[in-house]
This record gives sequence, C-alpha cells and structure tokens, in this order.
Amino acid sequence: MAIFTLKTDARRRLILTAEDGQEYVDVAPVRAFPLSDPLHAISICDAEGRELVYLDSLDELNADQRALVEEELAQREFVPVILRIVNTPALTEPSSWRVETDRGHTTFEVESEDSVHRRAPRQVSIVDVRGIRYLIPDTRTLDLHSRRVLERFL
Amino acid sequence: MPERSLTESADTWAACPDWVRSLLAETLAPGETPLTWFEPDLDCRLHYAPAVVVLTDRRLLSYQWPGGTRQNGRPAGEPESRHAWTLSPQLELVQRDNTGVGKLELFLAGELISTWRYTAARAAGARRLSDGLSAFQRYGKVGASPVAVRPASLECATCGARFRVGEVSCPECGASIAKSPMMSLLRLFTVARKYLWMGLLGFALTLASTASGLIPPYLTMPLMDDILVPVQGGNIVDLSMVKWYLLGLAGASVLAWGLTWAQMFVMSWVSERVSADLRIKTYTHLQQLSLEYFGGKRTGDLISRVSSDTDRICYFLSVYVLDFLTDILLIVMTAAIMLSIDWELALVTLFPLPFIAYLVFRVQDRMGHGFSLGNRAWAEITTILADTIPGIRVVKAFAQEEREIKRFKKANDRVLNTNDRVNKIWSFFNAVVVLLTDLGVLVVWLFGVYRVFHHSILVGVLTTFVAYISRFYARLDSMSRMVSATQRAAASAQRVFGILDRVPKVAEATNPVHPGRLEGRISIQNVSFRYGTRPILKNLDLAIEPGEMIGLVGQSGAGKTSLINLLCRFYDVSDGAILVDGTDIRRFPIGEYRRCVGLVLQEPFLFYGTIAENIAYGRAGASRAEIIAAARAARAHEFILRLPNGYDSLVGERGQFLSGGERQRVSIARALLIDPRILILDEATSSVDTETEREIQIALSNLIKGRTTIAIAHRLSTLQQANRIVVMERGEIVEVGPHAELLERGEAYARLYRAQLDMQSGRLADEEEDDLEAADEEDVDGAEKTS
Ligand SMILES: Nc1ncnc2c1ncn2[C@@H]1O[C@H](COP(=O)(O)OP(=O)(O)OP(=O)(O)O)[C@@H](O)[C@H]1O
Ligand SMILES: [Mg+2]
Repeated sequence: MAIFTLKTDARRRLILTAEDGQEYVDVAPVRAFPLSDPLHAISICDAEGRELVYLDSLDELNADQRALVEEELAQREFVPVILRIVNTPALTEPSSWRVETDRGHTTFEVESEDSVHRRAPRQVSIVDVRGIRYLIPDTRTLDLHSRRVLERFL
Repeated sequence: MPERSLTESADTWAACPDWVRSLLAETLAPGETPLTWFEPDLDCRLHYAPAVVVLTDRRLLSYQWPGGTRQNGRPAGEPESRHAWTLSPQLELVQRDNTGVGKLELFLAGELISTWRYTAARAAGARRLSDGLSAFQRYGKVGASPVAVRPASLECATCGARFRVGEVSCPECGASIAKSPMMSLLRLFTVARKYLWMGLLGFALTLASTASGLIPPYLTMPLMDDILVPVQGGNIVDLSMVKWYLLGLAGASVLAWGLTWAQMFVMSWVSERVSADLRIKTYTHLQQLSLEYFGGKRTGDLISRVSSDTDRICYFLSVYVLDFLTDILLIVMTAAIMLSIDWELALVTLFPLPFIAYLVFRVQDRMGHGFSLGNRAWAEITTILADTIPGIRVVKAFAQEEREIKRFKKANDRVLNTNDRVNKIWSFFNAVVVLLTDLGVLVVWLFGVYRVFHHSILVGVLTTFVAYISRFYARLDSMSRMVSATQRAAASAQRVFGILDRVPKVAEATNPVHPGRLEGRISIQNVSFRYGTRPILKNLDLAIEPGEMIGLVGQSGAGKTSLINLLCRFYDVSDGAILVDGTDIRRFPIGEYRRCVGLVLQEPFLFYGTIAENIAYGRAGASRAEIIAAARAARAHEFILRLPNGYDSLVGERGQFLSGGERQRVSIARALLIDPRILILDEATSSVDTETEREIQIALSNLIKGRTTIAIAHRLSTLQQANRIVVMERGEIVEVGPHAELLERGEAYARLYRAQLDMQSGRLADEEEDDLEAADEEDVDGAEKTS
C-alpha cells in the first residue's frame, strides 16, 4: 500500500498529502501508457508536472483513493470510441469526418492519412488536427461502410 | 500610421454566430449589451452536447441543450437548462486545459458554482470568455482582442462563427474550411491553360490522324464489291480503278504515319511542360509552407509527391489522354461511318457498347481505390529510405540493420499486395473485354452472313464492318486501360494538389510594410504560443533595445527555441504581438524580414556543397573576401584552411565531413555574412570547446556591437557579455536583469549559476553557501569588465 492520502477540496482540486505530511494541491494522475497499458504505470504529478508518486498498478490503492484517481483520470481523458463513420471523408487533406461515438455525434478534421494509425491488427486510432484522439477498439464491430472508409486510410 | 491600425480593437462580439444573437434577443434586458461568448461542446459526462455561455455587461448567461441535439452546427430545440449569474467582483472564471479536454470553472467567492467542459477545438472560446470577464471586472470593458492582421472575413458554414483567412478549420467548432473534394484531374487542365494553343494543335492532329486511320477499310469496300467479287464471279470489270484504290491505301498509311508522329510530338511537348510546371509550382509552394506543415509530414512522402506523382501525371497526360482522345474520336467516327453504310448492321454491331461502358464504370471505382493504396505504399518505401539513409549511423550503432530490412520488406510486401489486388481485378476485367469483343465480332458475322445470304448487303460491306468492328473493340479495350491510368493519375493529382491547396499558417500580410534597414528594437507584448492545444509560451512581455545583447537561459524545454521560432516567424504567435521597430512583424513581408535576422540554429544544417557556398548561402553574391571575413569572425577560418581544399572543400550531405563544433562555426559565419540587424544564436557554441568558445566570443563581441543579439546558452559563462539575462521557466519569463543583479537576487538564475559552478568544480551540493559567495565575488569582476 502506498503511503500517502488523497482528498479533494472545495474547489474540487485533488490534494495529495505525502508521507512526511507535505501537502500538494491540484495534483494530477497521469497514465504512462494510456493506450497500450492504461491500468498500470500511473504517476501522480504536482501542478508543475513533477512526479510525486509512482504506482505500478491502480491495485496499490485502497478503494476510496482508487475511486478518486479513476474519477480524475476519467475527467482528464477524452478518447471517444468511434461506433460508426457517417460520411465518406475525402482523401484530400485535410479531410472532414462525421462520426457517431460513444459520446454522441461529432465532426472532426484529420490532417492526413498519417493521422490514422493501425495500432493492433484490429485496433485503429485517429488523431484530429486538434490533437484529440479517437479510438476504434475493434474494426470488426463497425458496419461495412465504416470499414470501407477506414480501409482507404490505412 | 500603419502601426496603430494594428492594435485597434477588433470587436469580439462581431464574430458571434447569428443563432446566439437570436437566442439572446428574448433574454436580454433593455440596455444590456452582450460582450463575448463561448460555446462548450461537452456535457458533464463528457458527451457531446451543445451549450453556450454569454457574458453581458450585467450577467453571465448559460444555456445547455441535451446531448445529440446539434444540427448543422447549432443546437436544435429548447435548452435543457438556463442559468444566469449577476456579475460581481466575486465571480471568477478559471480555465483548465488538459490534453484533449478542458474545463472552465465558475467560482463565486471561492466556491465552485458551475463547470463547463469542452474539447480542444473550443479552447479559444473558453479563453475569450474568461479573459473577457476579468477584463470587464478590472477595466469595465472587454479588452481589445488580439491583433487582427487579417480581417475576420470568412464565415464558418457549420457554426456561423467568423474567422480569419488562412485557418485550416473553424476556430470555434473545428469544421473544415477546405474546398469540397474536387476533381483533381480537371484541375490539371487549369494548370495546362498556358499551353492551350499547342494543346488544340495536338487535338487537331489527333483528329486528322484518327480519320486517316479510318480510310483503308473504307477503300477496301469498293475494291471488293466493285472489282474482286465480280472478277471472281467471272464478270468483266474496269480494272483501271484498282491502282487508285491501292495508291489510296498506301497514301492513307503514309498520311497516318506523318500525322501520328506530329501528334505524339506535340502532345508530349505539352505534357512535359505541364508536369514541369506542376513540379515547380508544388516545390515553390512547399518552400512557402510554414514549419508547422513539415513537422507533421514525413520527408519521404513529400519527396514522392513532388517527384514521382508529378511524373505519373506527365505520363498520363502524354500517353493516356492522347490515347483516350484517339479512342473517343475513333469510336464516334467508326460508328458514324458504319451507320452511313448500313444502319441495321451498325446497330447490331454497337449493341454490346453500353454493357462495356457499364463494366468500365464499375471497375473504375475499385481500381481507383487500389491505386491510391498503391501510391501510399510507395510513399512508405520512400519514407523508409529517407529515414534510414540519413540515420544510417544510428542504425549501425545500435546494430539494427536486420530490423530496418524487415521494415523495408514489410513496406515492399505492401506494395506487392496492393498491386496484386489491383492486378486481380484488372486481369479479370481485361479478359471480359476480350470476350465481349469476340462476341461482338461473332454477332456481326452472324447477322452479316444472314444479310448477305438474303442479298441485302454485299460481301465487301461485311468485310469492312468486320474490319471496323475489330478496330472498334480494340479501342474499347484500350479505353478500359485508360480507366486505371486515369485513376492512377487522379490519385497522384490529388496528392500533388494536397500540397498546393495548403495555405501557409504563417501568411504574408495583405498590405505589407517594408522593413528597410531595421534598428533592431524588439518588443514582445503579451505573447502566448501553443503547438496545437499544448500551451508552450504564456504571456511573455519583454522590450529589447537596439544593439542590446540578451542572454536567454532556462531549463531544457522551457520554450527558448519556441520564442526564437516566433521571432523568426517560423510560427506566428497565438496571442499578443511581437513588434520590431514598432511594427508588428506579421506586417513585414516574410522574406524581407528574415533577411534582417541572422540565425544560428541549435542543430546546424549544412547543404551539400563547398564550405564557401554554405557560408554564402544567405547572400549568394558575397565576395571571397567577405566570406573569409565572416569565417574569421566565427573562428572558422583556421580550421577551414586545414581542410584539404580549404574553402572549396565539399562538406557532404548535412555537413557530415565536419565535426559538430566545426559545423556550428560554419553556421555562425553563415549568419554573420548577411550582416543582420538582429542576431539570434540558439546554443550556437554548445559543441565547441571552452577555448574556441572564448575565441568566438571575443570575435562576437565586436560583431554584436550595433546589433540586437539574443543568445541562448546552457553554459552560462557564454553569456558574460550579455547586457541582460532573461530566465525562462515553463514558458514564462521569471527573471530579467543583468547578471550581477540576478545573482544578487539569489533566485532562479542564481540557482542555475550555482549548479553550474558546482558541476565545474566537482564540489558537492552541501558546500553551496561558499560557492554562492565565491560566485558573487567573481561576478562583480565580470560585471565591471563588461560595463
Ligand atoms: N513542433 C513541436 N510540436 C509540439 N511541441 C513542441 C514542438 N517543438 C517543441 N515543442 C515543445 O515545446 C516545449 C519547448 O520547446 P523548446 O524547443 O522551445 O525548448 P528549449 O527551451 O529550446 O529547450 P532546449 O534548451 O532543450 O533547447 C518543449 O516542451 C517541447 O516538447
Ligand atoms: Mg532549444
């Protein structure tokens, strides 16, 4: 078990109290491998980005703290999962994508086909011009049209 | 006064989309004025949902719609919730951007009362709102929005927000501003407009040569029906016509040969020029694009666009377009001739045509996809080459040859696979065309034999038809080949236009101010900068006098190079402005301005060529004496003399033949030669030994007189001559002042300085106190020397 405590204050900022009683306001949990291994290697950094605590796994935390960390992570992480590609993005650059995600419908711009990556044989990630990442965990779950579109970019 | 017009406030509210205005119409109290607005695009569960927050001179109004009600960029239906807060000094907006998703929190007397969430696309709006509120609370008005060099003249088709020319996507909602997918191939013809007359000549020649090719079968008809068949039937005929028919046949062949030759010549002349124009246009445009474009592109991909794609287009224009024209003409002419001879037989002959056309159309789609995949696979191969050949040292140092070979093999296999796929469709399609051709000929035979049997046509007509129809189908066959060529060329054209359509982020001013001979007074005003969504520089303010030397120090990653990038206009500021001699640098023509700035980069890059050429890169007309003077000043002269061919030594690609320090000195000489008013040294001497560095410094101390100099250095001793030191930390300026003063203060700079002394003397950290004292003493000396 890690020797530190986490709590939130009135401004809903996360506060970490270290072993020596030192308090750090506005700390942030950061995943070291958000894509390839989201549940391990988590580091808690202070507002300046210096690492305070490193956790091999979320299991090192007790239930309350874990909930806090997970909630904070969920607030920070925004990786919509694409369920369907609605339009047919042109192969010109940049191309405009209209998609249905687990967070609702949206439209985004993709710089070029270099921004559409195959991460695993069936996993695809797309980064838009703003740096937001969209994920397709398994291309088999997509409908035919979406798969066709993707194939053009891969 | 051109300078003033720059800082004129652009009305923030003017850019607000109309639907927000109409939404407010009912809510606003009489006399209440809206000031600024912000459209969050997420709800509290981070699902997409429309919302809008408006700041007026009395209240903060918020509307939230349920998720999934955005239509055409604006919310549909009634808001789910509305809130209004009366403005008070206790109200505070805090914006927090994380990667991808940000939140804007509203506090009342320190207590959180509301939160809005948004994706990075909306971050600008969030900033506008929170800045607006604090400005209104402090000054009673919303401050001037950042300098509008280009007017906010375009309107987003999706959300209605207005924005400046040159954006790739709407700053409010992120929708594309790019033109709808265009027919790239047709656009080629706009490039070719210059050669219209030659093109028309080529077309006329094509027409003539095609027609001349159709003469022979036409002549065989009377030859057969009037002479051969009657002769065989034992009739007496006038044989005097025979020699004319035969001469006609020979003449037609000669004519066809001459015309074909001329036509090929003219068409390839035109196509070579079109593709050369396209190539130079692409390259010119590429050179004008800002650094940000190259950052996101792979070199190999760009290389293949400029070289092999334009080449493919040329081939297409010269060979396929020609063929295609010939084919169309032939088909039309053949059909006309056949119809004029015997319309019934002609109709039967032409019967399979629609089927083939349909087939061509279907295959076109599949093939096009295959070809663009193929192009991409090719680009990947080029990328690997462009990656590993310059990086060959790293590859070998880590013994990764096997791995690179594997990587190459993978790309190679991809090319193979995509081509295999295309070929599969292609070969099937080809065979089908052959089959249809044979069927077509068979139909003509069947019908023709029947007609001859019933004496409604003559044998000569039938043979002529058979001759025409095999030509006809041969043309269809080559036309179908055209399908794939068109697709290939279209894919290439699209990739080339992909570069041409890109608008440089760092754009030329519309009515530029010429810098002339600058004095070198630099004023950095409230400058912020972001790479994408990542904030790098925050509200920097700094005034630099002409001729002053500024030492810029700070941790690695503090944003020093980024600041330099802004000064050189490699990127444009996200907020605020940089003025040189009182003029916003965005108003200068980029090239003229950069010519006033001498830059020595952190990673000096030398081109393939001699040392002299490299030094004179910025001023091609420089005399030998000037080159040597610059090299002397940069302390490069002596080492250059030691090289086998002196100034004429070739340095190899990227300057491989020189050591790191030597490369740096050559690049210093290069910067000095253009006699810049502003000299920027980014770690210019980091790879030279202390001795040489000292020498360069002595030389520089003469040179920096009368020039504004900004020198970045990790080795603080390098900056002894600096008038002022600027310390940066995490994108902010934390300290400014002369060396001695900063040491006295004992904060950031003193810490850095002490740490370096410790390193040098190898002493341990617990002796810090003594060090600081020693440093102080040393410094007073140093300060005296420079003053
Ligand atoms: N093209 C880029 N895209 C995105 N982020 C970048 C880019 N270039 C630099 N950065 C980031 O900007 C920050 C500042 O970089 P910068 O090069 O200005 O640092 P620096 O102060 O010059 O550091 P150093 O002393 O190591 O040269 C770094 O965190 C870096 O990761
Ligand atoms: Mg740097």
